Amino acid sequence: MTGLRRAVFQIKALQKVYGTGAVAVRALDGVDLELYRGELLVLLGPSGSGKSTFLNIIGGLDRGTSGEVIFEGERLDELDEAGLTRFRREHVGFVFQFYNLIPSLTAAENVALVTEIAKDPMPPEEALGLVGLEQRLDHFPAQLSGGEQQRVAIARAIAKRPDVLLCDEPTGALDSKTGGQVLRAIDTVNRELGATTAVITHNATIASMADRVVRFADGRLAEVTENTERRPIEELTW
Amino acid sequence: MTALGTKLRRELWQMRAQTLAIALVTASGIAVFVMAMGALASLEATRTAFYERYRFAEVFVGLTRAPERVAEAVREIPGVQAVETRVVATADLDVPGFEEPVLGRLMSLPADGVADLNVPHLRSGRLPESGRLDEVLLSEAFAAAQNLRPGDHLFANLDGTRRRLEVVGTALSPEYVYAIAPGALVPDDARYGIVWLPRPALAAAFDLDGAFNDLSLTLLRGVEPQAVIDPLDRLLAPYGGQGAYPRADQLSHFFLDEEIEQLRVIAGVLPVIFLAVAAFLLNTVIGRLVAMEREAIGVLKAFGYSDAAVGWHYVQLVLLMTLPGLVLGLVGGVWLARALTELYAQFFRFPFIQLVFEPGPLILVMVVTLGAALSGGAAAVRRAVRLTPAEAMRPPTPPNYRGLAWLARLRLDQPSLMIFRHLVRFPLRASFSVLGIAAAVAILLTSQHFLDAVEALIEHELELARRYDLAVTLFEPRHARAETELANLPGVLAVEPARQLAVRFVNGPIRERGSVTGVTPEARLERILDADARPVIVPEAGLILSRALATKLRVGRGDVLTVEVMEGRRPTLELHVAGVVETYLGTAAFMHLDGMAEALREAPRPSELRLLVDPLAEREVIERLRQRPEIAGVTRRQAAIDSFRETLAETMAITVGFYILFASLCTIGVVYNAARISLSERARELASLRVLGFSRAEVGYILLGEMLLLTLIALPLGALLGTGLARFISESLESELFRIPPVVEPASYAFATSIVLVAACLSALVVGRRLWRMNIVDALKTRE
Repeated sequence: MTGLRRAVFQIKALQKVYGTGAVAVRALDGVDLELYRGELLVLLGPSGSGKSTFLNIIGGLDRGTSGEVIFEGERLDELDEAGLTRFRREHVGFVFQFYNLIPSLTAAENVALVTEIAKDPMPPEEALGLVGLEQRLDHFPAQLSGGEQQRVAIARAIAKRPDVLLCDEPTGALDSKTGGQVLRAIDTVNRELGATTAVITHNATIASMADRVVRFADGRLAEVTENTERRPIEELTW
Repeated sequence: MTALGTKLRRELWQMRAQTLAIALVTASGIAVFVMAMGALASLEATRTAFYERYRFAEVFVGLTRAPERVAEAVREIPGVQAVETRVVATADLDVPGFEEPVLGRLMSLPADGVADLNVPHLRSGRLPESGRLDEVLLSEAFAAAQNLRPGDHLFANLDGTRRRLEVVGTALSPEYVYAIAPGALVPDDARYGIVWLPRPALAAAFDLDGAFNDLSLTLLRGVEPQAVIDPLDRLLAPYGGQGAYPRADQLSHFFLDEEIEQLRVIAGVLPVIFLAVAAFLLNTVIGRLVAMEREAIGVLKAFGYSDAAVGWHYVQLVLLMTLPGLVLGLVGGVWLARALTELYAQFFRFPFIQLVFEPGPLILVMVVTLGAALSGGAAAVRRAVRLTPAEAMRPPTPPNYRGLAWLARLRLDQPSLMIFRHLVRFPLRASFSVLGIAAAVAILLTSQHFLDAVEALIEHELELARRYDLAVTLFEPRHARAETELANLPGVLAVEPARQLAVRFVNGPIRERGSVTGVTPEARLERILDADARPVIVPEAGLILSRALATKLRVGRGDVLTVEVMEGRRPTLELHVAGVVETYLGTAAFMHLDGMAEALREAPRPSELRLLVDPLAEREVIERLRQRPEIAGVTRRQAAIDSFRETLAETMAITVGFYILFASLCTIGVVYNAARISLSERARELASLRVLGFSRAEVGYILLGEMLLLTLIALPLGALLGTGLARFISESLESELFRIPPVVEPASYAFATSIVLVAACLSALVVGRRLWRMNIVDALKTRE
C-alpha cells in the first residue's frame, strides 16, 4: 500500500545542531521520513524531542544543519531566503498554539491577507465556512473566543489551498471542548482539500485520528505507527 | 547581586542601542537648554564684571565746548559720584594699504594716562606717553581687522590737517564692546576704529585747550539717571550740550542689550521645545518599554515579589535608562555653554569670560527629565501590577479594533488596512510620533527663518530703500553748493542731499533722543518704504515716523509732537505727525528738507549727501572726496551690506547651526524610537506574516509604511507650526533696532522637509536592517 502513495516530502538524514563544540545541542539527529500526499500525520513526543524543529524546517521557517529536505523534487535546503518565502507563500499553511492573528484585521480580512498574495485561493468566506465560522466574518480577533481565533488561523492557513498544512500544538491553549472543534476543523480541511497535514501534540489520544503517528525522542524518530482506520473526533476521549 | 539586579544589568545591556538612542535625544534636549541658559547667564555676568572693573559710566553727554571748570559744577550735582571729561572727535582715517574710507572715533586719554571712567583695557603694547602728540592706542578689533600692530602707523584727517599717528598699543573698552559707527547697523571692524590719544594732542587739533566736549559720569548707589540728567542738561545748555543720556541709551550698551535680549527670546523658545520633545519622547518610550514587561511582572508577582519591590525594580530600570542622557546632556550643555560664551566673548571683545550657571534651569532640567521618565514608566508598571499574576502572565488579549471595520470601505489591500487601523486604533501614540516629527520640522524652519529674515531685511532696507553707492557725511551742514560741487566730480552720476538733525522728541512725560532725517520728495537714492516696499512720499509739512518710534512716543497720525532740536540755535518745534510707516530697521523719523529748513529758519543745508557713482570710477571718486576738508566720512553701501551679512553670519549662523544639528538629532531620535518600539511590540505579528509567506519587503512595508505615513502627516503640520513659531519669534524679537520680517522662503521649507525625510529614512534603514535579520522562529516563540 505504501508503494502506491506518492511522497510529497522526502527527508534524508536531517540534522539540526544549535551552538558548537561542547555546548552543541542536537535538536535533530539524523531524521529520515517521507510524508505522503493527503495523509494526516500526528507528531508526538516530549518537549525538546525535536518535533517543532522538524516542523519548522519542512515548513521553510528554519534550515537544517545537514541532510536533505526534498519537496516535490525540489531541495528546500538549497533555497535562499527569497526561495523559502516563495515556498511558504505557495505551498504551506501554518497553525500555531498562539493564534497569531492580526488584531487590526477582521476574521475575513485576516484570511484575505493570504488570499491576496496566493495563486489560486478560495474566497475568505469559503475558508471560514470550512471551519464553521461563516457567521463571524466581520469580527475582530478581540471579539472572538480562543477556539474561534484558532479556527480563523486554520482558515487563514488553508485559504490558499496549501499542499501542506502544519499545526504546532493547535489545541495547546484551549479547553477540551473548543479543542475538539479545532481538531474537527483540521480533520475537515484535510479530508476536503487533501492537504498533507502534520499536527504536533502532547495529547496521545489525538493520535487515533491520524493516518500515521510519529514519535520523537532526543532528536530521532523513536517509532512510526500506521492506524488502519482514522477514528472520528467525536469518539476521542481526552 | 540579587537575581533582580542581574535581570536589570542584563536587560540594560540588551537594550543598549535603544538606551543610546534615548540618551541622544534626551541629551540633545537638555544640552541645548543648558547651553542657551548658561551662555545667557554667563554673557550677562561677563558684561557686568567688565563694566564694573573698567568703571563704565552711567550718564553720557556730548557738547560743543565747555571750560574745564564746568566739570566742577557737574560734580556738585546731587547724586553724581565721579566725572570724566574728554575731548572726542570723528575723523577720516587713512590706513596704508587699505583704499577704502575708514571712520575713526578719536578719544582723549587724560594727560597722566589714568582714566577715571571708561578705562581702556590694554591688550598689547603700552599707553601713549603724555608728552608725545602722535602716539595712539587702537581698539583691538580695528587693529586686528586692519592688521595693525604696535610700531605700525596710520594717518588721520584732523580738522583739515593730515597727521601721522604711531600705534603703540591696542585696547578694549567697556564703552565700545559693540563698536558700531553712528548710523551703521552692525559693527564693521575694518571701517570703524576707536583711537585713543593723549588729550593735549587732540585738544590742540580741535582748539579745545583747557576745555572739553564730552562728559561722562557715574552715579551714587540708588540714584536714578534722570535725577542727574535734568540739572546736567540745564548746566550744559549754554555750552552746546546735546542732551545727556543714560547708559541704557549708550550705543554699545544698547546694542549689546538688544543682542542679549534676542538670545533670551530665542533661548526662551527653541530650547524649551527641545526639552519638551525630549521629555515627551522619553515618557512614551519608557512607557512602552515597560508595557512590554507585563509578563515578567506577572511572573515576579507569582513568585511573591510585592508590588513595591516590582515597582522599585522598574524605577531602577527607568532611572538607569535615563541617567546616561541626563548626565551627557548636563555635561555637554555646560561644555557647549562655555564654547558659546567664548564665541560671544570673542565677538563682543570681552577681555575675559565669567561662566555662570544658575541653579534654576539645571534643577528644572533634572525635574523635567526624571519626571517624564518616571511618570511614563510608572503608568505602565501600575497597569501591569494591577492585574492578577495569572492574568499578567497570559499574553494580553488582542487590542480591540471594534468600530474600525468601516476603514475596509477604503478598498485597500490588507497590509495597508493594517497600517490605517493601527493608526486609528492608537491615535494618541500616532499623534505623539507626528507631533515629535512636526516639532523637529518646526524647529528647523524657525532656525532657518532667521537666515531668511536677514536676507529679506537686507533686501528691503539696504537694497530697495537705499540705492546710493556712497554716503558722504559733512563736518558741518553746508550750503547747497556742496551738492553741485560733488555732482560735478567725474564719475558721479547723481547726488541727493539729506540732513540729519539731532533732536529730542517729547510727548508729555516721554522723552526720547533721536534724529530727524530731512529728505526731498523727489529722492530716489534713499527712499522711505513701507513694509510692502511701496515708496512713501514725504509731505511738505509734518513728520513721517517709523511705527517703532510712534509706538514708543505713543503718538499716531495727526498728533502733535514736541521736537527739541539739539544743534544750532536749539529751537523747540511743534510738528504734527503726517504719517506712520512700517520699517524694519531703527526708529527713524523723516521730514521734508525744505520744511525742516523753514522750521529751523535756515536756508536748506545738507549734512549728508548720497551719491550714485559709475562703478568703474568709484575708487577715484572716493579718493577725491577724501581730499576735501569738509567731508568727515565716506561710507560704501556695499561695505555696509557685506558687514551686516558677515556679522550676522558670525552670531546668528552659529546659534542657528546648533539648532539645526539638534533638530536633526531630535528627528532621528523620534523616528528611530517610534519604529524600533513598534518593531518589538509587533515582532510577533510581523513574524506571522513572514510565516504566511510575506516577503521581508512586504512586511517592511507594514512597519515602515506606518512611519512614512506618520512622517508625511507630520511634514505639513510641522511647516504650519514652524511658520507660526517663526512669526511668534519675529514678534517677540521686535525691538527698537529692528523688526524681523516674518518671512520663510520656499527653500527653507524644502530644507527642513529634506532634513527630516533624510533623518527618517536613516532611522527606517536601521530598523529595517533589524527587521531583515529578524528570526521568524524566535519571534514566534517570544510571547507578547
